[in-house]
Amino acid sequence: MKKADTDMIPTPSQTVGPFFAIELTTEEHCVKCVAGPETPGKRVWITFRVLDGDGVPVNDAMLETWQADSNGKYKHPDDVQPKELNQGKLDQRWLGFGRVATGEDGNCVLETIQPGRVAQQAPHLMIAVFARGMLKALYTRVYFAGDPANDEDSVLRLVPAERRETLLAHSDPARPGYWSFDIRLQGDYETVFFDV
Amino acid sequence: MDSVSTGVSIKPYARPPKGSQPPSLYEPYRATKKRAPLKPLIVLPHTLSEITGPIFGHERVGEKDNDLTCQHAEEPIGERIIVSGRVLDSNGRPVPNALIEIWQANAGGRYRHVRDQHPAPLDPNFSGAGRTMTDEQGAYRFITIKPGAYPWFNHYNAWRPAHVHFSVFGNAFITRLVTQMYFPGDPLFAYDPIFQSIPDERARERLISKFDLETTQPQWAKGFKFDIVLRGPEATPFEKS
Ligand SMILES: [Fe+3]
Repeated sequence: MKKADTDMIPTPSQTVGPFFAIELTTEEHCVKCVAGPETPGKRVWITFRVLDGDGVPVNDAMLETWQADSNGKYKHPDDVQPKELNQGKLDQRWLGFGRVATGEDGNCVLETIQPGRVAQQAPHLMIAVFARGMLKALYTRVYFAGDPANDEDSVLRLVPAERRETLLAHSDPARPGYWSFDIRLQGDYETVFFDV
Repeated sequence: MDSVSTGVSIKPYARPPKGSQPPSLYEPYRATKKRAPLKPLIVLPHTLSEITGPIFGHERVGEKDNDLTCQHAEEPIGERIIVSGRVLDSNGRPVPNALIEIWQANAGGRYRHVRDQHPAPLDPNFSGAGRTMTDEQGAYRFITIKPGAYPWFNHYNAWRPAHVHFSVFGNAFITRLVTQMYFPGDPLFAYDPIFQSIPDERARERLISKFDLETTQPQWAKGFKFDIVLRGPEATPFEKS
């Protein structure tokens, strides 16, 4: 196959800037709830908190999320796993994509279904972080603390042991189904970001 | 590179050539200083999670959403333009049915956003937001008005070159692209750290649209061409053990 010439270099990324909300995160274009009322699986609410290098909440970030359904299947033709697609039969509205914007406190909440295991990976969500001051999106993953599959997850194993904690969402013992996940863009407990 | 074994054979996406994408930390763009990771990113061999992504958009796009000049009772003030082009992948293949979302300032350089306090007038006939889907050939088209340059606080006397923000979904979560389209010959390029953050000059210049007489409509609107290239699958397939 011919090698891509310079014209076919992917277009460079640029920041979303401070004003993306007029298009990307209007009420109509946010996806704060990934699942429909009938989507099968364990319903979870994940509170994300985005912090900058000084620990200051980032009040103008957008998070996009991508995940498999509770059966571990992506709604995408390139997911070749021989699994039955849960929502294909039960919930046409399921897509697996979320889009939320942080508020003044740097927080945002995503309502979704806990994903199943994809191939041999532990249950996880993919996250892309966008904000003013970010020239390109940062990618990270959310895993669920306490899931026994985490120990054998091949992506977590690429991460130095002392930093794996940054990829774990923690459940709120007082509120079943509620999880929290901090995204620290920089600093001592900097979240692990992936070069994808 | 470490390998990840997930038991499923997948075709990975090509990574952009060095220097063709901006770094996370670029000091002249002040806001990057506290928002850029300083620890090394973990190179992630692609799994199903990376090579799949949301395929959607039709339900989000209204018939007139690609015409930013007809969203209100009257026409917005400013120079009417037609922005069109194609979305391709890095193998030169069209990306059909891709959602494109855009947002921009009005002709005076003001966004309809609560945090934009630039003392330029808002235009009651311009919202500055639109969306469309690419067709089977990856082609798209917007009608809008040319945005004005606007000042910001990055450094003394800082002005952004006129630009339209673009958000594009491709086939995979990692082909997602948010970028900005500029206009040819803007004298502000040399002073803009966001534009200058892209190390490779040829890659940087790809963000500048081209005036196009072909799509220009007599007595009505100037045409600008802006092609977008998303990451494509690696040219050489490889097998996972
Ligand atoms: Fe802007």
